[in-house]
Parts: sequence; structure tokens; C-alpha cells
Amino acid sequence: MSLSPSLAPVARRPLLALSGLMIAVLVLAALAGPALVPWDPNAIDLPHRLQAPDAAHWLGTDHLGRDILSRLVVGTRVSLGCVAVTMALILGLGLGIGGLAGYAGGRTDQVIMRVADVFMTFPTLILALFMIGMLGTGLVNVIIAIALSHWAWYARITRGIVLSMRHRDFLLAAQLAGASRLRIFLEHLLPATFSQLVVLATLDIGHMMLHVSGLSFLGLGVQAPTPEWGVMIADARSFVWTAPMLIFWPGLTLFLSVMAFNVLGDALRDRLDPHLVEGHGH
Amino acid sequence: MRAYILRRLILLVPMLLGASLVIFLMLRLGPSDPAMDYLRLSKVPPTPQALAEARTMLGLDQPILTQYLHWLGRGLQGDFGISYALQRPVLPDLLHFLPATLELAALALAFTLAVSVPMGIWAARHRDRWPDQIARLVAFLGVSVPNFWLGFLLVVVFSVHLGWLPPMGRAGPASLILPVISVAFMSLAINARLLRASMLEVAGQRHVRYALLRGLPPRRVERRHVLRNAWLPVITATGMHIGEMLGGVLVIESIFGWPGVGRYAVSAILNRDYPVIQAFTLMMVVIFVLCNLIVDILYALADPRIRQTPEEPA
Repeated sequence: MSLSPSLAPVARRPLLALSGLMIAVLVLAALAGPALVPWDPNAIDLPHRLQAPDAAHWLGTDHLGRDILSRLVVGTRVSLGCVAVTMALILGLGLGIGGLAGYAGGRTDQVIMRVADVFMTFPTLILALFMIGMLGTGLVNVIIAIALSHWAWYARITRGIVLSMRHRDFLLAAQLAGASRLRIFLEHLLPATFSQLVVLATLDIGHMMLHVSGLSFLGLGVQAPTPEWGVMIADARSFVWTAPMLIFWPGLTLFLSVMAFNVLGDALRDRLDPHLVEGHGH
Repeated sequence: MRAYILRRLILLVPMLLGASLVIFLMLRLGPSDPAMDYLRLSKVPPTPQALAEARTMLGLDQPILTQYLHWLGRGLQGDFGISYALQRPVLPDLLHFLPATLELAALALAFTLAVSVPMGIWAARHRDRWPDQIARLVAFLGVSVPNFWLGFLLVVVFSVHLGWLPPMGRAGPASLILPVISVAFMSLAINARLLRASMLEVAGQRHVRYALLRGLPPRRVERRHVLRNAWLPVITATGMHIGEMLGGVLVIESIFGWPGVGRYAVSAILNRDYPVIQAFTLMMVVIFVLCNLIVDILYALADPRIRQTPEEPA
């Protein structure tokens, strides 16, 4: 096998390749973060506060003398982990509830979709704020809040996909083979729906990351001193005049991460039926 | 058209009732006890007796449906109760902070449309050439940039370094520029991209090619045949963006010290100040739903097919 054909797609889609690299780095940081960094991300060292980048602190130190790069790397676990769990919850709720509505039809469908409609009258961030008002702040509550403010959108999309698949041959074949309704639902319909939904979910990962950090920035999500990117920006806000780089780095990290997932999501969507994505957006 | 508007208005009633039910029930079914929160925020030690008194006073000893109906009934008369933390009526305070928030949101929406529509048309006209590439780059950055980070970057450049614009507060038109850009950037990027795609799709359709073949001037074809149809997805998306903006404004307010409902709401959420959380959420939902009603009416005005079919627009 020659090298050129395998490299050709990379040359054609440098952005996608870069995004893939970025995501790989993020995943590595999330998995091994604390082991990778030379400094304790929460170690306060006041004599060395607000230092410019040098060989010891590649991105400098913050207002408490903590190493910025270490905090960024360790913070990846919170940001990425939070989004991963949130997404898993949303997919579970969306698939379960939306799949049930689409497959059962009739009154079940009516009731579920009316409830979903009500949830969709809330702007998502407002609903997430409301949920935090109910549950309180903190990492776990942010995950629940964001999941509960997005499930209805995914349920509706899932229902649409299920409805569009109801009369496909492989389902009729399973039915003729005598499979029970539950078995058809669990073994045939859900996996087929899931693969399509995952693509949509990838497109939304960036959006969720912005939600998580936005809530933390407001002081309603992950709490200081946990190294999380939104928390870091909030911590640094009083230094916008004297040390703007404290805000710059965590924001840039967040920005590049969101961008990488958006590029990946776009690429996945382009390979999928484009009509699926119509009407998706919030 | 009048029948369409009337039908949409009637549909609002069950929607808002549903939303109010969600707001009320979820807070009540949540993990914490409003009477405890009331005592905590009024700084009264939570003795069993004080707790029982608070429960009676707040009506928490009544069946939950009765409580909901009371809350809704009084709310319809403009009484959303008294803030636990501030010991002041909720509605006057909310109405005091709301205009600044709505001003920012409305200007951000206007800015979104004012920039994204020309940008989308421009990109579609010059497909794959440099105007299109610029619009593509803006869209690419716009969907990924955190609005609160963008706000700080703008402050650093235009207030700290250049000293052109105020970094904080609400004093005159100059103080609006940075917050409006921060709120609007993502929506305008998406909208421009959407309009471009939609225009190119319509431009490939037969009626447009026929109009060009008839020898009509291209600009006129663009205006009368392309834009008229290409508008429709943009109108729908704008309804979505209004929701994003209502949320975005709250975040941006905190950066620019904008005196809107943001700080009032955030401190209520931190304090679990139930009457404020309920009233704030309901108010945001009402604003969002009304904005979407206007969007739907505009859609129906732009697309006669919607008015005639009895079904909901998809």
C-alpha cells in the first residue's frame, strides 16, 4: 500500500484532520490530565502570581500563582466529561421517550409529544437556569439541568426518524418472522435510530460545551476552585485590565474545542442524509 | 389571515398553561423545601414551630393543585408573591429590570438581521469567491465562539487598548455596541449562512431559471423570485435565535454590568428564591412565545400556503 492515497483525504480536509487531532488531544487530557501536568492545578503560590509565560510556566500563572496550562489541561476532564455524560443522558431520554412515542403511536404519542411541546416553549438556557434554581449548583446538577432542558428536542427528532422507518423492509421482515413488538423496538428500531442520532449529537457537543461553561461562568455551574474553563474565565474577570491573558487562554481552549467538534459534526452530517438535519436547531 | 392569527392565539393558552404547570410543579417536586428556604433567607432559625408557621403562611399545607391555582390566579392579576430574600414584591422588581434586558435583546436581533441579510445575499451572489469565503469564515467562527469570551475580547481591544468604547454600564448608544455584538454574533453568523444556502437552493429551481430565460433583469429575479422563497427558513431560524438571545443576554449582562434582569435572576437562582425564579422563568417563556407568535405571523404573511392549510406549519 502506498502512502499517498491514505494521506490524500488529510490533504484535502486539513481542517478535519486538525479537528481530529484536537479532539484526540482533548480526550487524552481528559483521561490522563492530572498525570500529564507538571504542576498541581490548585497549588496556590502567591509570590509567583501573574507571571508571564516562561520555561517553568508555559502560559504563565494566574492571580493566585496557579499554573494556567495545568489548570487548562486538568479542566478538560470536567468540561469533556460533563458533556459526555450529559449527551449520554439526552440520547437515552430522547431515544427512549421519542422512540416510544413514534413506535407506539396513538394516545401515547399524543401525550408524550404535548409534554415535549411544553418543554420546547422554554428557551434552553432559561430552562437550564430554572432547573439549577430547583436543584442547586454543582457539576451533577448542571448535567441534569442541561439534559432536562434538551431532551424534548431529541425526543422529537427520534420520533421523526422512527416514523420514517416504520414501514422499512427490515422491520416488516422482523414482524413477519414473528418478533414481538418490544423485540422489534429494542433490537431493530433503536439501533438504526441511534446511529442517525449520534451524528446529530456530535453537532451539538460544541453547543453543550458552551452551555456548561456559560453556566459555570455565571457561578451557577461547576464551582471554584475546580479548574473548569468557564470558572477560570469568571475568576479572571477582575483582571481584564491588568492581565487579560488570564481570560484569553481558557476562552481560546474552549473556542478551539467547540470548533473541533463542530467540524467533526459537519463532516459526519455531510456523509449522512442531509434532509435529516432539517428542523434541527435550538 | 385574521383566522390564522386567532387560531395561533388560542393555541398559546394551553402552551402557557403547560409551561406554568411545569414551572410550578417542578420547583415543588424538587429536592428542597420552600419553607426551609424561606426561613433561611429571612434569617429565622428553623425551629419546628417556625417551620410550621412558614408552611401555613406560604400556603404549603394545602393540596398542591390548590397551591398552583392560587399562584396562577394571583399571577394573572399581577401578583407573583414576595421575594424571600429581598422581602419585596417580585413583579415590580422584575418589571424594573426587564426593559434594559429587552432593549439589549431587541437591538441584538435587529443587528443580527441588519448584518446577516446583506451578508447572506452578498455571499450567494458571489458563490465560492472571496465574499462567500468571508461569510463562511464568519459562520465558522460564529458557531464556535463563546459569547462571554467574545465580550471580554471586545472589552480588551476596544476599551482597554483603544479606549474607544465604554467597558461597562448603560450610558448612551456607545455603551450598547459591545454588548450587542457579543449577543448577536453567533446568530448573525448562522443566519447569513442559512440565507445563502437557501438562496442558492431556490436559485436552482425551475421558476427562477425560467424568469431569467424570459430576460428579466437578474436583480429583479433575485428580489421577486429568489428572496421571496429564500426568506422562509431564515424567518423560522430567527424564532429559534430569539430564545438563544434571551439566554445570551443574561450572560452578557454580567460582563458589561448591564442593569437588566440577569443579576436579579442569577442571585435568585443561587438563593433558591422560589417566587422570583417562578416569575422570572414564566416571564421569559411568555416573551419567547410571543416573539415566536410574531415570527409565525410573519411567516404566514410571507408564505400564503401556511394560511390556507389547517395544519400547523412544520
